Formats: sequence, C-alpha cells, structure tokens
Amino acid sequence: MRVFACVLRRDLAIALRRKSDVLNALLFFVIVAGLFPLGVGPEPNLLRAIAPGVLWVAALLAAMLSLGRLFESDYADGTLEQMALGTEPFSVIVIAKMLAHWLLTGLPLTLLAPVLALQYDLPPSDIGVLCAALLVGTPVLSLLGAVAAALTLGLRGGGVLTALLVLPLCAPVLIFGAGAAAAAESGLGAQSHLFLLGAFLLVSLAVAPWATAAAVRIALD
Amino acid sequence: MLEALGVGCVRGDRRLFSDVGFALPPGRLLRVSGANGSGKTSLLRILCGLLTPAEGEVRWNSAAIGSQREDYHRRLVYIGHLNGLKDELTPPENLEVAAALAGISADRKACLAALDAVGLAHFSDLAVRHLSQGQRRRVALSRLALSAAAPLWILDEPFTALDARAVGQLERVIAGHIRAGGMAVLTTHMEVPIAGVETLRLDLDALGGRA
Repeated sequence: MRVFACVLRRDLAIALRRKSDVLNALLFFVIVAGLFPLGVGPEPNLLRAIAPGVLWVAALLAAMLSLGRLFESDYADGTLEQMALGTEPFSVIVIAKMLAHWLLTGLPLTLLAPVLALQYDLPPSDIGVLCAALLVGTPVLSLLGAVAAALTLGLRGGGVLTALLVLPLCAPVLIFGAGAAAAAESGLGAQSHLFLLGAFLLVSLAVAPWATAAAVRIALD
Repeated sequence: MLEALGVGCVRGDRRLFSDVGFALPPGRLLRVSGANGSGKTSLLRILCGLLTPAEGEVRWNSAAIGSQREDYHRRLVYIGHLNGLKDELTPPENLEVAAALAGISADRKACLAALDAVGLAHFSDLAVRHLSQGQRRRVALSRLALSAAAPLWILDEPFTALDARAVGQLERVIAGHIRAGGMAVLTTHMEVPIAGVETLRLDLDALGGRA
C-alpha cells in the first residue's frame, strides 16, 4: 500500500512539474469539441443529436494522446526497471500509474465535458447522464490504453501503433458511453448503458493491470 | 549465495555468451570483464531477473530467482547503466521513491543523510535535471547507503562519470560491504582496485566464460 501511494504521489508530482503534457491533452479535447459546432453549422437539433458522440470521440482521442507519457519516460531513464525490481508485485505499481493517468486525463475530461456540452445545447439532464457515462467510461480508456502503451514500449513510432491497438478495443465503451445520453433523451433511461460501462470497467480492472505488468516485463527483457 | 548454472544469452541473432557458471558466496566480490558488446550488462540483467537467459538458471540460496521474485528483490540492489532518476524530482524525492520500491522505510532525514554521504547535501532542493552527469551518478549510488542491509549488490559500471575522490569513496563503501559479509557483482572498464577483499573474476571474452 505504501508503494502504491508513493508511486501515485510521484507520478502526480512529476505531472505538476511538467504541466504542458497534461494541458496539451485537455486543450486538444476542448479544441476538437469546439471545432465541430463551427464545422457542422448552428443547427440546434443536429448539434444536440451529435453532442454525446463527438464529446466521447474527442475524449477518447485526448486520452490516447496522453498515453505516451505513461511508461515511455520511465523506460528511458531506467526508473521502470527499478520498479520491476521492487519488493511489491509489479501490478500494484502498474495500477498506481493507471490511476495517476486517469486523475490527470479522464477526470479533468469528465469535468470539462459539461462546459463543452453547453455549446451543443444539451439539456441539463442529458449533461448529467453524459458526465456519469464519462466518469465510468474514462477509467476503462486508461486501463486499456496502458496495456497498449506497454505493448508498444520501446518501439519507434509507438504512439500511432498504440492508437491503432486501443481504438478498436475502445469501440464498445464508445458505443455504450455515447449511447447513454441518447437513450436518456429518447426516454428509455440510461441505466442499462451505465451498468454495462460499469461491467466493462470491472472486467478491464481485473485483466488490464496483470496484462500491462507482463507486457512491461517483456519490453524490459 | 548467488549461483549461475550454464547461463547463456542471445540478443537478436547474436550469441553473446554461453555456459557461464559461478558461485558467489557471502563476503566475496565478482568482477565481470569483457570487451564492449561482450554481454556484461546483459549478464547483470540476467542476474537481476530482468532478462530471461536463453539457457541455464540463476539461483539465490539454491532456489531459482524466478520462483521467489519479490523475496529476491528484497535482498538485491541493482544500479544499472541508467541511473533510474526522474529529472523533475529532487534527489531526496528520488531516493524516497527508490526506498519505498525497495521496501525500506526511509524518511526524508535518512535520504538526506545518504546524500550527505556522497557529498550532495547542498543540492537537495535542486531538480535532478540541473545536476551534472557525475552528480546524478552519485545520487543513484547513494541508494547503496540506504539499502546497506541488502546482501547482494549488482553494479553496472559504477565508476563511470565519477571524479577521483568519489571513486575512492565508492571503493571503500564496496569493500566495507563485502567485509561485512555482503556480496557484490560489478562490471568496470577501469581497473579500480578494491583492496583487501576476496575477488572472483569472470572474463566474458575468454572461451566458455567460466569463473
């Protein structure tokens, strides 16, 4: 537990001292979400209809952008091999790093989403559903993203490869995440979508840390 | 006791060495020598368990290291070719993380004392990014003072980038560790004498690579 807290604190401290990395992904999210209404035109019904999908895709891409820093710099300066030689199971450290990644991308994205949703004229109840879906869905992006980031560790052009590996895996999260708000609007209720997202979260929480730890060990080999 | 039994290593298509075997009992130093690219770093990484050998086995107290990973890591300090320091953090912050990973309870005071031992007490507020190559190496090596209780030290080129005084100091630290019943494996290009300790030698250039 001490190792978990220590690694989490360390990753957050490093991110605070290198703010541009964190801010880049968030600005990317804001700009992509801001460009759509300009491109599509001021048609309120159309904007309301596409809002959840656009915000989800933008959040997905922003989360991808920030995956590079998850292991790459630790791999380059040798701290990752010291972690692999730690006295606690390596997956504990990996979970701490995933949580730090989510706190620095998924959580701020979720908090920014309601502000951006105003641009799309989403009704307040739908904004609530959208945020709830992002809150449950973005941790899945961090978990799956970490597996891909670990698999592409040390490869040239790893960033693009990471995106190619993760984006198809994230399709179910996108479908049910964006679908939640649409279901709420059509009166079906978003509950089933949110439960399914929760199930994705639990499954990836069970599998991803273990798979990531194994992939990092292979990269260090 | 650290043992290597018939260890071989293949990187890419190239065989670096095969049939390396030795037994390192407490109170001994093992020096690994060889030309550039002969596989010294690979051998050390195999001994840590970071690299899987192509054949053979590494044992700690008669059991394969893979079967007792966390336990083995508790007995081991590995200082590799990379310093394992974060540029953004200060030296004491780096040491606190290293101590937590190694399962040692070291507070800030202990970390500052370890830095003082390598002559870096005045740099404790500076991010590692602003330190010179030699100073970074000294921060990495100050982990030895924190983990003095770990019996096995595996050091990859520990003397690189150090000035003459720091080399002398590190020699004394390693000699003291071995006299106290510890073990150390190290690679070095410089023939740095570590006085008064029993030394085994392993030359990877020699055929068979046997100590």
